[in-house]
Amino acid sequence: MPSQRIVQARWKDVAFENLTRFFALFVFSILLAVLVTLVIGSELTLKKYGLGFLWSAEWDPVQEEFGALVPIYGTLVTSLIAMLIGVPVSFGIALFLTELSPPWLRRPLGTAIELLAAIPSIIYGMWGLFVFVPLFQTYLQPALIDTLGTLPLLGTLFEGPPLGIGMLTAGLILSIMVIPFITAVMRDVFELVPPLLKESAYGLGATTWEVVWRVVLPYTKVGVIGGVMLGLGRALGETMAVTFVIGNAHRLAASLMAPGNSIASALANEFTEAVGDLYYSALIELGLILFLITTVVLALSKLLLMRLARHEGART
Amino acid sequence: MIHKTLLSRLGTLCAAAMLSGTAFAVDITGAGATFPYPIYAKWADAYKKATGTGMNYQSIGSGGGIKQIRAKTVQFGASDKPLSAGDLAKDGMMQFPAIMGGVVPVYNLKGVTAGQITLSGAVLADIYLGKIKKWNDPAIAKLSPGAKLPDKAISVVHRSDGSGTTFLFTNYLSKVSPDWKAQIGEGTAVKWPTGVGGKGNEGVANYVGRIAGSIGYVEYAYAKQNKLAYAKMVNHDGGVVAPDQDSFKAAAAGADWAGTPGMAVILTNQPGKASWPISGASFILMHTKQENPAVAKEVLKFFAWSFSNGDQMAAALDYVAMPAPVVKLIESKWKDIKDASGKSVY
Repeated sequence: MPSQRIVQARWKDVAFENLTRFFALFVFSILLAVLVTLVIGSELTLKKYGLGFLWSAEWDPVQEEFGALVPIYGTLVTSLIAMLIGVPVSFGIALFLTELSPPWLRRPLGTAIELLAAIPSIIYGMWGLFVFVPLFQTYLQPALIDTLGTLPLLGTLFEGPPLGIGMLTAGLILSIMVIPFITAVMRDVFELVPPLLKESAYGLGATTWEVVWRVVLPYTKVGVIGGVMLGLGRALGETMAVTFVIGNAHRLAASLMAPGNSIASALANEFTEAVGDLYYSALIELGLILFLITTVVLALSKLLLMRLARHEGART
Repeated sequence: MIHKTLLSRLGTLCAAAMLSGTAFAVDITGAGATFPYPIYAKWADAYKKATGTGMNYQSIGSGGGIKQIRAKTVQFGASDKPLSAGDLAKDGMMQFPAIMGGVVPVYNLKGVTAGQITLSGAVLADIYLGKIKKWNDPAIAKLSPGAKLPDKAISVVHRSDGSGTTFLFTNYLSKVSPDWKAQIGEGTAVKWPTGVGGKGNEGVANYVGRIAGSIGYVEYAYAKQNKLAYAKMVNHDGGVVAPDQDSFKAAAAGADWAGTPGMAVILTNQPGKASWPISGASFILMHTKQENPAVAKEVLKFFAWSFSNGDQMAAALDYVAMPAPVVKLIESKWKDIKDASGKSVY
């Protein structure tokens, strides 16, 4: 009965297809449901402040006046610091592991870096507060204030008393947290570069740097950007580690040494005791903003990739 | 094979959990404030050993506790901030204080030991407003003769999360400083004009221990356990007091529990020469009309047992038990908790 088997197989195929489609749509509908819930939950503040919520630096639970500027600023600045440090370092590590490292060192070193990703974020927060902050406060921070802090324009970023905690500290801890993610992705995609391409380049007399810059990186840029975005996503949403070291002050400060706040950290801190409907609504709207920021970041990275692809087409 | 054994083990676990659930007639559940959690948990443990009835308390924060008791998902809620009599009436609830504690200013100043600095409410408010910036400010020096005060900037540390501790602290500052009341006000979280925020009592204690020249405020237990230098305070009647069980008790003893609607006494700035000025009670919330009177009775039995047997446990954890006359008053108020037919459950 071959025909019956075929009919049965076809039926199974259809069922399987629908099942996978259902799962895909299910995730998507959860995403939508989260968005809708956030919008409904933040109805009060959306109505009261409108877009002004985004650039008001006020945060006064007693007078019930709320604005999101301070946490938005803190989230973006700490993530930026994390990226500025994390991306070059990760690139270096991935490069070393794939191109320069002696083979016997690759496995243990790679595993060690991947293990960094397995450490829960609360551990990073506690390590940051108990180990990193005292060291940073006693040695590095006074030096930064005395050197960079005296520069004419850049100086304002490094002014103030060395408290040890603040936006710079949060950014530094975040950079350590994103390095394993970015490194792992970069190393994996670097390994995918066909040896033929690299060997050809070497054969033409290219240096290691030229091979990496002209061959490896162009070949893997999609993966590299994906890895960077993965790290950025983690930095934007990181909660516990940031809460421990950012200083949690709802104040706008020019100096990176000053305490600030991030969206995720404000939520973690204030949700439990947020008494009052407007307060609650303001916190939910912060969550909505974080949601939108990550969406925009993701969209921008897609756009960037599309532009890169077009550029490529024009050149060949 | 591994999966199979795991599954069967899970199955046994589930069965065991269900069995133990039915073994005891009623288990009590409550939710709310984090500050009293250690003592409620301790009492629950001792109570279970004594009577077999378990009490499950989720320390999710006062705001969450109020929400849950309103929704009747728990049998009692707990809040560090008493609800007003009007709010209680609206929701058909009553409240009573169950445990007390004190909030203590702590500092980290080289060469200045515990109790050497004395602060008044007004000075404390000015420090937290950022008006007093240096440790050798004349206002501090005048109150603390004998302390070697350095010419060092004061780093203010406050709570970053909403908390009953912050409520008591800002409530006190609002009572003693018109400027504080006008500019900042009181609440579980406020708009701090200066300083850094630590998460939880442990966060503030850690920051104060870490930052030279800092001042913060924590629950008494944290000051004691972290061996932080505490400040003495000038109280309502001008007496200089150190934070301890006696000064907290003195604050509670002088309060007018009977005359305040809903027993909503906030123990800050209480009269009495020996009263610690930043004391506070944590409250239990219950519905006055009970759909399940048997369970409500178990809740009240638990607190009655804790009031009569729990003083030592409270003292060991640096809490202060309610004084006997107040307990008597609380137990008389329990008559307000009734079943559907209007009969008192206790």
